[in-house]
Amino acid sequence: MGRAWVSRKQLKNYGMLGMNCRNVDFINRYNDRKLFPLVDNKLQTKLLAQEYGVPTPLLRFVVREQHEISHIEQEFAGLEHFALKPAKGSGGKGIMVITGRHGDQFVRSSGAEISVSDIRRHMSNILAGLYSLGGSPDVAIVEDLIAFDECFSGYSHEGVPDIRIIVFKGYPVMAMLRLSTHASDGKANLHQGAVGVGLALDTGRCLYAAQFGRPVSMHPDTGQALGDIHIEGWRDILLLASQCYDMTGLGYIGTDIVLDRLQGPQLLELNARPGLAIQIANGRGLLPRLRHIEGLTSNRRFRSEHRVDYAMRQFAEPEKNPPQVGAQVA
Amino acid sequence: MNQKRGFFAILVLLALGGVILAIARHVDTGTPFLPGQEKSVWLVEARIDFDADGGAVTASLALPEDQLPGYQLVAEQAASPGYGFAILTERRSRRAEWTRREASGEQSLYYSAQLVESENRDDNHANDPPVDRSRIVYWDEARELAARDLLKVARERSSSPQSLTRELIKLLDSAASQNAALLRSGAEQRSDLLMHLLERADIATRSVKGLYLEDARRRQTLSRLVEFYTGSEWLLVDPRTGAVGLPADFLVWTRGRASVLDVIGGAKSRVQFSMIRQTIPATQLARASTGEGLFSRLGVQRLPIEEQSMFKLLLLLPLGAAVVVFMRVIIGLQTSGTFMPVLIALAFLQTSLVAGLVSFVLIVAAGLALRSYLSRLNLLLVARIATLIVLVVFLISAFSIIGYQLGFSTGMTITFFPMIIIAWTIERMSILWEEDGSSEVIKQGGGSLLVAVFAYLLMENPLLVHLSFNFPELNLVLLASILAMGQYTGYKLSELWRFRAMDDL
Repeated sequence: MGRAWVSRKQLKNYGMLGMNCRNVDFINRYNDRKLFPLVDNKLQTKLLAQEYGVPTPLLRFVVREQHEISHIEQEFAGLEHFALKPAKGSGGKGIMVITGRHGDQFVRSSGAEISVSDIRRHMSNILAGLYSLGGSPDVAIVEDLIAFDECFSGYSHEGVPDIRIIVFKGYPVMAMLRLSTHASDGKANLHQGAVGVGLALDTGRCLYAAQFGRPVSMHPDTGQALGDIHIEGWRDILLLASQCYDMTGLGYIGTDIVLDRLQGPQLLELNARPGLAIQIANGRGLLPRLRHIEGLTSNRRFRSEHRVDYAMRQFAEPEKNPPQVGAQVA
Repeated sequence: MNQKRGFFAILVLLALGGVILAIARHVDTGTPFLPGQEKSVWLVEARIDFDADGGAVTASLALPEDQLPGYQLVAEQAASPGYGFAILTERRSRRAEWTRREASGEQSLYYSAQLVESENRDDNHANDPPVDRSRIVYWDEARELAARDLLKVARERSSSPQSLTRELIKLLDSAASQNAALLRSGAEQRSDLLMHLLERADIATRSVKGLYLEDARRRQTLSRLVEFYTGSEWLLVDPRTGAVGLPADFLVWTRGRASVLDVIGGAKSRVQFSMIRQTIPATQLARASTGEGLFSRLGVQRLPIEEQSMFKLLLLLPLGAAVVVFMRVIIGLQTSGTFMPVLIALAFLQTSLVAGLVSFVLIVAAGLALRSYLSRLNLLLVARIATLIVLVVFLISAFSIIGYQLGFSTGMTITFFPMIIIAWTIERMSILWEEDGSSEVIKQGGGSLLVAVFAYLLMENPLLVHLSFNFPELNLVLLASILAMGQYTGYKLSELWRFRAMDDL
């Protein structure tokens, strides 16, 4: 275990991206403020994704007005499982996941059974802006549930594992898999205690894993070794992430992607101010990669395939570097 | 890169400009850079307001004497465009007189005096022989009887004019005595009542009107005290508390029966006082506020004192803002609400640090407890915050009353806290509590308080107060530093801890 502090020089050597640098040099410079609503509103993101042919969980319906809530049962007819979300929520707040029906009751992912009136109250809270930034009025969206890929069984507590990829000027620069834990209460936010698994950009294999800023080698709840993680169809996932740049025009974004058993990778949401914790999960800094991409004579007409292949080549892990977590297990 | 250089040039220009202006002001007006070691100077300003009838106007204001117990008058000015002004001395008392042939509508006249604190607390008039003792006011029979009874009891319990006065004040305050209640119910002020009673006991009295000096007070009125003659000297007594002797920070404005303000040719006249404490030597202050140079014309000192005392606080705000930027950008402290800490720090300036901290934590904690109930009511956000504002007002009144009953007069100063900001803080903290747990609340709340305390310590520093008020252009230097921090892309101090795992690699 290390000390409680790390020197500025060391951080610089590792190329860690700090909050100030992210805000001034990347978000302010590459993210046009007028484009922010495209990603801050999940409904807009979804409609945009459909327009560009980027796969996202199917949108079932949208509730915009308070009076629509009173006869909401008809809308749920034939829907076994679904996710109910506020369009402007952030950090996973206000998301209600229904995994099945039990008579008149709805079964939540936690196993609790709730009635239609509970769902109505939740919707009314969403419309009132309880979960949106600054309490502005919001809309509720209902979309299909992700049929969670078997390859992740045993790696997650309650929530669905998602893949966060930082895309800079259309090039994927760093990726991690976020696994919810008991400590994170089923949420995928690292600061709440989720496990972040750094993924090699060329292969989708586990590089390193951390929880609460400390390295871990297995999932704290299930005991599954994290070193074996290898994401199938990695290039397709990177392609999907890279397309989000063409779709939004935002230069520096975090894309959240989930794997569906039947439909393949799906875009869940985008973030115009992605966090810095991905660096801890990867055990390396973002800055050298960002500066490298910044130095490229970029061409907006490069296709996403070109950019993804370039990133996979450029940011490939050296052969001799064995997976860190595996080494620790042994 | 070129852009960066331009930005840097602007920063340097701003900072240099501020320093050069400050030096120029120093040379021009002689205002020193360090707060004076000398005794502080009080600027007291009387503002007379009245509605002129349209005809000739004469306004006359009683003025303090040159040599006052504890203070010495060094300079005085009157500002009142269109009016003739003179200071008249008659029978040892001074009066200011403003005159004008024709005036109508609302009129404001200003008189300001600069007073230096002096060691000499002797009163020139302490040994004047009592004069003019014939003006006994006659009361109705019931009150006369009550007064006679009260005096009888007081006389029995006392041995000298001092102890008689003390006993009288005690008796007047007693809630049980019907005689006291009857006398208190009259229209007279307490000081007049005491004087009339003492006159009935053959003790000579004088009324004294004066000001309790406190920095940056506005719209004060004169407090009335009473002097009584012991046979050899006059003693001052506070008719409410019974404390004998000249109170600390009390400025005797005028004595005797002469009125404070007479206005002929106007109605609804009144006089109010503002005061401010200066840290620069009186002679230089006089130059700064009356000099003809450009800088003395453009100085804050030229404003009426009422506005000056507001500027004293206002000019400290950039300092607080700079502290917040520094703490958030360089240190990486989390605060709830960006500039809330500055407002809390301003409130601390009024309440003193410990009292302010305790009352702030109490209010927010009580507010959070009430808010946890509100969250069950399913209210809309705006209604919820409005409810919180009402509750915070109730809480503050409750704390003030309880504090007052327990004998803490500091309880009253809670009202200096910006209530709407407190309501928002409670709302934000409570949402934070629900979503991220209590540790996050303590982290952000503690961060806010830490920043507030730090800002307070700087805003209270005598040197910085002196500089910000007398050299407002130095705020340009602060502005440059804030702009510079706005471009800082290095690591925050907190990130050295956050990324500590990188050390293990």
